[in-house]
Amino acid sequence: MKLVLTEEEQFLKDTAKSFADERSPITHFRSLRDKNDPVLWDEEVWNEMVKLGWPGILIPEEYGGSNFGITGIGVVLNECAKTLTPSPLFATGVLGAYAITNFGTDEQKQNYLPKIVSGDLTTALAIDESSHHDPKETDVTAKKEGSNFVIDGKKTFVIDGSSADLLIVLARTSGNKGDFAGLTLFLVDSNSAGIKKIKLDMADSRNYANIVFDNVEISNSNVLGDIETGGETVEDILDIGRIAIASEMLGNAEAAFDTTLDYLKQRKQFGVLIGSFQALQHRAAEMFCELELTKSSVMAAMKAAEEGSNELQRLSSLAKTMAGETLHLVSNEAIQMHGGIGVTDEYDIGFFLKRARVAEQIFGSSKFHTERYANLSGF
Amino acid sequence: MSNLDTFRKETKKWLDENCPPSMRSGADPDIPIDEVWGGRNAEYKNPESKLWLDRMGEKGWTMPTVPVEYGGGGLTKDEVKILNEEMFFIGAKAPLLSFGIWMLAPVLLEYGTEEQKKEHLPKIIKGEIRWCQGYSEPGSGSDLASLATKAEDTGETFLVNGQKVWTSYADKADWIFALVRTGAKEPKHNGISFLLIDMETKGVSTKPITLISGKSPFCETFFDDVKVPKENLIGDLNAGWTIAKKLLQHERAFISNFGLAAGMGSSRDIVTIAKKHLGEENGKIKNSFYRSEISSHKIKEHAFGLTLKRAGDEGGKASATASMFKLYGTEHNKKRHELMVAASGVNGVAWDGDEFDDGDKNLTRAWLRTKGNSIEGGTSEVQLNVISKRVLGLPTQ
Repeated sequence: MKLVLTEEEQFLKDTAKSFADERSPITHFRSLRDKNDPVLWDEEVWNEMVKLGWPGILIPEEYGGSNFGITGIGVVLNECAKTLTPSPLFATGVLGAYAITNFGTDEQKQNYLPKIVSGDLTTALAIDESSHHDPKETDVTAKKEGSNFVIDGKKTFVIDGSSADLLIVLARTSGNKGDFAGLTLFLVDSNSAGIKKIKLDMADSRNYANIVFDNVEISNSNVLGDIETGGETVEDILDIGRIAIASEMLGNAEAAFDTTLDYLKQRKQFGVLIGSFQALQHRAAEMFCELELTKSSVMAAMKAAEEGSNELQRLSSLAKTMAGETLHLVSNEAIQMHGGIGVTDEYDIGFFLKRARVAEQIFGSSKFHTERYANLSGF
Repeated sequence: MSNLDTFRKETKKWLDENCPPSMRSGADPDIPIDEVWGGRNAEYKNPESKLWLDRMGEKGWTMPTVPVEYGGGGLTKDEVKILNEEMFFIGAKAPLLSFGIWMLAPVLLEYGTEEQKKEHLPKIIKGEIRWCQGYSEPGSGSDLASLATKAEDTGETFLVNGQKVWTSYADKADWIFALVRTGAKEPKHNGISFLLIDMETKGVSTKPITLISGKSPFCETFFDDVKVPKENLIGDLNAGWTIAKKLLQHERAFISNFGLAAGMGSSRDIVTIAKKHLGEENGKIKNSFYRSEISSHKIKEHAFGLTLKRAGDEGGKASATASMFKLYGTEHNKKRHELMVAASGVNGVAWDGDEFDDGDKNLTRAWLRTKGNSIEGGTSEVQLNVISKRVLGLPTQ
């Protein structure tokens, strides 16, 4: 496992960087927020991403994708994150594409994958049910009735949940809340009868929803993967999601750091550039080190995912923890080092702080993953 | 069969025939282990330590990439990789620990004359001469370039007067590579030269310094009218600072790797210590506060290890990353020892006597020793300055 990008991956990264700079600078995100856009991403920008083939990066060629790999989608998300580009790429191009490609039946793949590639279908993964991520706490039930299942209960904090066409829902088919066994994944049309989507208004102005399932009838053929062992399936999907979001968070941190560094080289007080103060220099140097460690962690996790390494789970928790802690540090320091303008809405740096704290919660906080890392390491 | 395959086969055979049984894994635990630093006065508890050093030294494999004419192995990078792998497979012990290899040899290769290389490199490689480093002085710590040890040109020789401090194992070393002032005090960087001095020369004396750990790995070294032949000058007169900086990079890279290596796979494992002193429940460290702190620490250690690997995969971007690794490696090593001491409770601060086992007592000493890690070879604050200025391009006032 070499911890460097291949030439093709570097090329994709460069393409994504130009795209983000030209097509979705931070002003783009700001305007979506200001006009209180209902989905909080832009149809036109998304269509261009589709034309670049990004939703198909994890999808096999026979379904129209490029099968380019986790590192590929990781570098795209990393670059897009630097300008806070909002899009369905994470929920659809990573979570939906990976879940269906790896666990779908031939029929499910045939039905959904080409539509993901063509941009005609967006997806959302519905896992959590409380304020903290923990799949085994699933209490939404799926009861077998004839050849159908009936889903009842409420999911929270579903990314892209207010707009996605297809929901991938984790539900309990047996056992009790707190059991890892007895879980099953379902593919559910978001317009099915009995589904109520409640759009959430979060600090980072992105697309989230709570979703209520009231006697929602699902055919047998909509089970994703195996019945009762959905816990293992969803952990696999989540680990890919965690690595992808870690790569995105690294991008957030890199951009916030670079912006702050520029500011230190421009802003004068007491007749000198504030970047000449050792009190700030040493903190900047410490952030640089944490960013380097995070880059290595994310890179190792992406490569491990590609190689199907047995270290994948530990590296996924490593990457999410490092990304979470580094982004936490950098987003706080960025505000402090900007001084007064750092806490104004007019200035962009505050967006990174708000995005940071929401992203830190996605698929497990640093605390969650530090605990998981200890479990996986045998102590 | 390709050349490399042949090389592997031959290397395997040579190691099999020449690496003594007590120098590889599976050795009899009752045979004493020497820390082999070589030199004129080296003593060996186990004669196989000497045999292993002599055999490897003869092949030039203590510095396998150095050309054969200077006593090295003359191997290509690929061959060195094979040699390392084959040594790893049989668990072969490194035959020689040496500041000559880690610090001086790279400088000699870059700045030495043909005669200097031929004179000194073979003796370093064979472990015949043990070197120490004369950099810091009582008045010149972080501000190294302010050093005052004087070398006067008296025509035939340099006449050296002054004092060095923190010279590692000066009392055991045969030669010292030292920075001396041969020119003006201002600008201070431009009056420094890099000089090699035989410790047996009249006027050289050493005195060990006892550290807070109770051990004395460092000395003060005094020069009192020491006559040094002119051919012992490395590089140009007054151009020693450039060489010194280069050497510091080698030292920093070494210290940071050492800090990490000391923690990984060593018998002093933080999880084992925590389970021993805090108890274990279902395979977990019983105390959840310590457990969480240890996990956070392990995560950082893992990420740091991956960063060292990434730097290697990227082809190693010299000086800036050396500062980062020195800073992070040493700070991390200090934290690990603090955690181990804390997890050991009272046993973590045991000093002596039969009521505590060697593991506890050695940990106390090791913990105290780590406090020097972030001071020697450039303090952490100096590394932060280097990163701020050279990597981040932040302005000076």
